[in-house]
Amino acid sequence: MENRIGVFVCHCGINIATTVDVKAVVAAIKDYPGVVHAEDYIYMCSDPGQGMIQERIRKKSLNGVVVASCSPTLHEVTFRNTVARVGINPYRCEIANIREHCSWVHSDRAEATVKAIKIVKTVIEKVKLNEELTPIAIPITKRALVIGGGIAGIQAALDTANAGYEVILVEKQPSIGGHMIQLSETFPTLDCSQCILTPKMVEVGHHPQIRLYTYSEVEEVSGYVGNFKVRIRKKKRWVDFDKCIGCGICMEKCPVEVPSEFEEGLAKRKAIYIPFPQAVPAKPVIDAAHCLWFQTGKCRICEKLCPTGAIDYEQQEEIIEEEVGAIVVATGYDLYGMENIGEYGGGRYQDVINGLQFERLLSASGPTQGVVRRPSDGKVPKRVAFISCVGSRDPELHKPYCSKVCCMYLTKHAMLYKHRVPDGEAIVFYIDIRSDGKGYEEFVQRAQEEDHVTYIRGKVSKIYENNGELVIMAADTLSGKPLEVSCDLVVLGMAIVPSPGVEELIRKLKIQVDTNGFLTEAHPKLRPVETLTPGIFLAGCGQAPRDIPDTVAQASGAASKALEMFGQEQLHHDPAVATVNEDICSGCGLCVPLCPYEAREIEVIKGKRIAVVNEVLCEGCGSCVAACPSGAAQQRNLQDSQLFRMSEAVTIK
Amino acid sequence: MRIPYYPGCTLKTTAKNFEDSAIAALKVLNVELVELKRWNCCGTVYSLASDDLMHKLAPVRNLIRVREEDGSKVLTLCSMCYNTLKQANLFFREDKEASEKMNEFMYRERDYEGDVEVLHILGFLRDEIGFDQIAKKVKRKLAGLKVAPYYGCLLLRPGEAAIDDPENPSVFEDLFESLGVQTVDFPYRNECCGAYQTVDQVDLVAERTRKMINLARSIGANILATSCPLCQFNLETRQKDVKGKWTDFEEMPVVYFTQILGAALGVGREDLGFELNLFNPSELIYGE
Repeated sequence: MENRIGVFVCHCGINIATTVDVKAVVAAIKDYPGVVHAEDYIYMCSDPGQGMIQERIRKKSLNGVVVASCSPTLHEVTFRNTVARVGINPYRCEIANIREHCSWVHSDRAEATVKAIKIVKTVIEKVKLNEELTPIAIPITKRALVIGGGIAGIQAALDTANAGYEVILVEKQPSIGGHMIQLSETFPTLDCSQCILTPKMVEVGHHPQIRLYTYSEVEEVSGYVGNFKVRIRKKKRWVDFDKCIGCGICMEKCPVEVPSEFEEGLAKRKAIYIPFPQAVPAKPVIDAAHCLWFQTGKCRICEKLCPTGAIDYEQQEEIIEEEVGAIVVATGYDLYGMENIGEYGGGRYQDVINGLQFERLLSASGPTQGVVRRPSDGKVPKRVAFISCVGSRDPELHKPYCSKVCCMYLTKHAMLYKHRVPDGEAIVFYIDIRSDGKGYEEFVQRAQEEDHVTYIRGKVSKIYENNGELVIMAADTLSGKPLEVSCDLVVLGMAIVPSPGVEELIRKLKIQVDTNGFLTEAHPKLRPVETLTPGIFLAGCGQAPRDIPDTVAQASGAASKALEMFGQEQLHHDPAVATVNEDICSGCGLCVPLCPYEAREIEVIKGKRIAVVNEVLCEGCGSCVAACPSGAAQQRNLQDSQLFRMSEAVTIK
Repeated sequence: MRIPYYPGCTLKTTAKNFEDSAIAALKVLNVELVELKRWNCCGTVYSLASDDLMHKLAPVRNLIRVREEDGSKVLTLCSMCYNTLKQANLFFREDKEASEKMNEFMYRERDYEGDVEVLHILGFLRDEIGFDQIAKKVKRKLAGLKVAPYYGCLLLRPGEAAIDDPENPSVFEDLFESLGVQTVDFPYRNECCGAYQTVDQVDLVAERTRKMINLARSIGANILATSCPLCQFNLETRQKDVKGKWTDFEEMPVVYFTQILGAALGVGREDLGFELNLFNPSELIYGE
């Protein structure tokens, strides 16, 4: 086939044209071998730009296209679709990146122009040998796995299930609900968290399309987009859920008391327990680490009392295998530990508590029935300090990022405290107040003007206990004066950190986290709910600190991404993958351990060992191609022959 | 055990009791301080400007002296000397370009390679002697003491030069515990004493002193212990200014921790230099 290539050089407004002389690029390429047309345009991705390309293809009978523009990650798909609509195989269209790789990183116009010309020439050489390819079809299992049963996981599961697809929801705690179910009232509308969340939890529990595995963890994930195989480990709960009727008599009579995780250590639970009354499922588990029977070999009271014989001390772990097409990771957050903040007592002072503990003190179902009492002596505190940015925005010692929700929840805390203790004094210490959501700034104003919460701009340098009071040393940076304030209770707005255990999970899923341990999205702006691994989506605080409305919106976004997949008959995989020339392959197997996608394996074909390629798993990274000692492994449309011609185009004069 | 020792100026003058008591106490622990044959000023306040190499020369010269005597470690008593030598050493190790420039400037000296380890006596006692070993040598029970340990800033900041957790240190408390001496949980233990403000802002330092001594008193302490001559000077001397303004103010002895250490280890009273303390703590220490 004679190559009739068209080259289209984009100005990208001033992004390229300021640094690269696009006219000079066109002039230099116009007569290059194989090129029958070259021209420039201000915005090639615009409708007129794309129309122009199509018109030139028709008129000049082009059979290959090079668009010199931005990165292929942005517009490769755009331009391949453009040429496909006028009958050219999309894999005969390539992008020459003269923006990210050239204009944006250089300042000398003459040199940048020379480099841009070289980039374009290499891509022309590539297109000359590009084959016409068709995408590889993959079947889809139309079932989703959601990891994490907080508000993010609940929302993603419900949206997917309500669209008619099966969902498997895995939660490591005994109940779904996450941290949201611990909250008292929610900003800025002050609706009760339990009132708005429990209907959704109940819906999950009863939904015919949702299979709920609580007290379970994802053990292993294999496969690929549309075809994941998941092994789920159901931990030993020592209670047979089929027999248990949730009567609760076992919990009433259990003699062991341990600090309740749900109450953040402010109340006790039993060794056999349901974490909170509205739990889903409302059936208990035994905490073997504290159970008398497991620890001392005595007791078994729960077994004697259970009316249905549901207690099973012999229960074994169960491994469940499921096949799913999409995975939503909604692993949530934890609070940075107070032990990290030595200057605030490092967790030594009983009356210095974190935000979740204060939520429990405010909650009508909490350890104090919603009366604000301080942990040490049960006294109703008359002056409470709320400190923001504890561990956040502190790149030297702690976390560099803003935890996003603390300004608002501390405002809510101060406001609710004033509602409960009208003659009390609430002081918020802040660096600056970030109230950037709908109705948020009004909420802060209301706290200041109607509820008379005092706001002091300044970071607290130290907290110490003296005579049953907590003394706060700080600076009021607006008046420029150092301050010492005595308080009865201090609430710390601790930094939000990813849930423990995420590190292990991401290795199983082969997805990434950032330097702070938050899950990494595929593109910070345009692909915020996808990961770089196709078929795995993100929702909630596992990806970054965020509040409930943002979490719910993102969870619906993740669900809609899964549904977008499920709406297709089959998936299509990029055909530019590795191939193997069976005549040359010696079956040395060097490529097998190198492949990060487990796409290469040794097969015996007609008595000969061949390292075959699983085209569906192959992501076209090229590791095996580079390692193959005989050159048997090649990558489609990036063959050795192409690479040689591409390098010759810029090295040989 | 013999260990090279850098004294610094104050320990030869107003803080002679610090040096004497430290030498005597360490002797009980079988440690001999070998004073460097030559030494100069530590540089006092460590310059935080990274291009201010001139003010980092003095501490580095002292480290060269240590190498001249084939030492690989140097022990300091004064918190400020420790801090200056330690920070200059860290800077020297990290900034290759600056260290070359400094070596070139001091062309008459042998080149320094950043290979001396700077120790403060507290860290040395904890890490190389061990508080459990010290506990075994205690001769005298100092039952009447209730110490407010005072770290000040120079032992703890910046974090990379600190001998302990800057926000939640325990080395003083742990040492006193091994001696069987009671301490109080002193909230101001790592606050600033006022440092050189004492020269022209007497009131400011006096006010800090008043707050600190009053708080220490209110939580049951009867003596304050430090390892910094400047802290010792400020918190002790400024009590006179406080007393001048607040007649009901009750003074409190401020001692070097080595004086208490020495007393507990049975060092003779003549080696503890109590006569240099403005408020003589003998009565408190010996219960007489």
